[in-house]
Amino acid sequence: MSTLTSSCSWKAGDGVSDQFPAGLRVLVVDDDPTCLRILEKMLKTCQYQVTTCSRSDVALSTLRDNKNGFDIVLSDVHMPDMDGFKLLEHIGLEMDLPVIMMSADDGKQVVMKGVTHGACDYLIKPIRIEALKNIWQHVVRKRKNEWKELEQCGSVEDGDRPQKHLEDVDYSSTANEGSWKSGKRRKEEEDDAEERDDSSTLKKPRVVWSVELHQQFVSAVNQLGIDKAVPKKILELMNVPGLTRENVASHLQKYRLYLRRLSGVPQHQAGVNSSFIGTQDAGFGAISSLNGYEIQALAATGQLAPQSLATLQAAGLGRSAGKSGISIPMLDQRNLFSFDNPKLRFGEGQSQQNLGTNSKQANLLHGIPTTMEPKQLVNLQQSAQSFGSMSMPVHTHGAQSSSLLMPMGQPQARRHVISESGSSRPPVLQANMGQSIMSTGLVGQALGRSGTAENGRGLGHNAILQTSSAMNFPMNQVSDAPVSSFPIQSTFPTSKGGYPEDVNSSIIKGPGGGMPSYDILHDLQQIRSNDWEFQNVGVTFDTSQPGNSVQGNIDTSGLLLVHQGLSSGQSSNGHNRNISAAGKSLLSADGNRQVTTPNVGQPPTSLVDNPVQIKTEGFPDMSYQAVLYPEHYSQEDIMNAFLKQQQGIGPPDSEFEFDGFSVNNIPV
Amino acid sequence: MERNSQLHRQVALMRQSLFDQGYLDEQFVQLEELQDDANPNFVEEVVTLYYRDSARLIASIEQALDKSPLDFNKLDSYMHQFKGSSSSIGGRKVKAECAQFREYCRAGNGEGCIRTFQQVKREYATLRKKLETYFQLARQAGPRDSASRST
Repeated sequence: MSTLTSSCSWKAGDGVSDQFPAGLRVLVVDDDPTCLRILEKMLKTCQYQVTTCSRSDVALSTLRDNKNGFDIVLSDVHMPDMDGFKLLEHIGLEMDLPVIMMSADDGKQVVMKGVTHGACDYLIKPIRIEALKNIWQHVVRKRKNEWKELEQCGSVEDGDRPQKHLEDVDYSSTANEGSWKSGKRRKEEEDDAEERDDSSTLKKPRVVWSVELHQQFVSAVNQLGIDKAVPKKILELMNVPGLTRENVASHLQKYRLYLRRLSGVPQHQAGVNSSFIGTQDAGFGAISSLNGYEIQALAATGQLAPQSLATLQAAGLGRSAGKSGISIPMLDQRNLFSFDNPKLRFGEGQSQQNLGTNSKQANLLHGIPTTMEPKQLVNLQQSAQSFGSMSMPVHTHGAQSSSLLMPMGQPQARRHVISESGSSRPPVLQANMGQSIMSTGLVGQALGRSGTAENGRGLGHNAILQTSSAMNFPMNQVSDAPVSSFPIQSTFPTSKGGYPEDVNSSIIKGPGGGMPSYDILHDLQQIRSNDWEFQNVGVTFDTSQPGNSVQGNIDTSGLLLVHQGLSSGQSSNGHNRNISAAGKSLLSADGNRQVTTPNVGQPPTSLVDNPVQIKTEGFPDMSYQAVLYPEHYSQEDIMNAFLKQQQGIGPPDSEFEFDGFSVNNIPV
Repeated sequence: MERNSQLHRQVALMRQSLFDQGYLDEQFVQLEELQDDANPNFVEEVVTLYYRDSARLIASIEQALDKSPLDFNKLDSYMHQFKGSSSSIGGRKVKAECAQFREYCRAGNGEGCIRTFQQVKREYATLRKKLETYFQLARQAGPRDSASRST
């Protein structure tokens, strides 16, 4: 029963529909089928568009695959495969969606935990329909805050409050983790700003932070000195036409958070990974965490020298003591750092403590981008293309420096509403689409759209999200398709063999419009699912979609070289896991071998592959990548390593944290 | 149709008694309100789903109670799930027994747990029978507001 009903006409990307909140896209995660069924019915009665999920890993992969495909998430606290709070963190970091926790447990401790982990609300079970009728308020509120944040940054065009904004921006970035909260403080400033109360129509042009751009940014920041770097000056130094102070400000905010995270305690990550790049399979999780830190360090220095990395690693390790504890809510940066994700990464890195891997990755990417030379991106892209879509491309799409890391495409989710930019960002959609390889039809579309080399190179300042939102929508619809691609209902998976990936397969069957590759993907997926089975924990998460990796990347390039990725993945089925591990090792071993991100910047084709890759956490990619880009190393490798880690390479533990980030995304 | 309206009356009475005797609570009404023409048997479907799914939870708890020493954390966790499920369909008595069980778990009282669990199962079975009868009667009475809310 796919809950996606196309009756609701509310499209996040399109602007406010007068039917809002009808059509609000809700993802419900609860392992109890009875509760899930009841919630589904209640939400449908509220006229929301519902997707159900009985497993956290599937939920995460669904979210990753469909960036901007959801507006809000409802999750149970006690779930067998993953703690609800962990899921909450992941979502916050990667997608920055409002999350409502539910539980029969009304103990103060638990509720407090929900609050501290960033839940925007906590409902006690049994849930009454009245409680669900108003959940849209959280979506509106969040959007409003995001807008404010954006507003505050001000923009060159605005002119009216440049100074203030700058100050605010700086303030926010340093003052609070939840930078978006600072938006609230600026309320008064917002007054003269455009009224954006209709949250549903938030459309903010998104700037794509390509690697070159980010490098420019970082060098400007370094030139000014991290403490003295104010958006206005950075903007002047960068001298990039079309870039607004606002863009710079929000990017700076993220960057700061990222750095802070790096310097913070890499909590979980650190513990897990010990080697920064070189963590071998085991180090998956670890890598990511470390990577984040290390990358950050690198980013800070503006260069990723092998030694630096080593240092970073050590530092990271040392830090691993615990989570940085910075629970910075995902900053809703409008600018996508790198593939949409970048943004998240920053924020995520902070907030995610448990996620560590993921968040770390985010940070990592962030830092890495700086190191990544434009050409690297190119390489990545190229490689990506050749490979077909190693998961990397997904990430790369944005050539955005930070995006490399973040391919995980999280930001997208939220963005679609905001970024509407309407431009053309097909890639963005694609990203979402890509993720959902499942929604083959959609993906196809996405790819088609993104055809433009989202890869990052060409992205420039394109707003990534908008398209995504559009895409997302279709995705939902796709789910309506026979395969019910989207709804992740518990029944979902198993098509492949019980793999949560079913979602993918189903989706593939869905619209079927798009890419022929989907079929391949589908097959691959199936194959992969087999492999995954043993991995289960992580796999399920990723498997669901090839899109996972794609997610990250899709944003930019709609890389869906799924085919390629798949094929590679396929052969390595058995080793999907290995691959990722291999990928990791590649990272570590070669240091230079870029493990996974060949996809970076790959053209849309890679999207197809990506999906496949995504799942395995970049396994397939890994193999590719390692092979592909031997020369890119240094930065790329690092980036990849980071990406991978973030992707989900994560710690071996079953938490699907690492899954989420399937390495695939690490485009190189 | 006198017969029909009589049946409806019976259904209504039975329903009311379930509430009066404490077998069901307000949450059951929530389910009834979700039932509509598009889902005319929603309540029954959900209850059936509940019984099917909770059966394995019951089995897990039973198994866990057989172990020695007792793993109270695990037991509490299972029961938490079971309680959540039961409360979502409005099973008031079952829910109350579950709460008692959890109390014993927290106190580390194995004997109390085992004893209470028997009561949980008893209430669980009783509710099932009653609801089955109720649904049957409701179906017989026909779709016309068989789950009468006119109480």
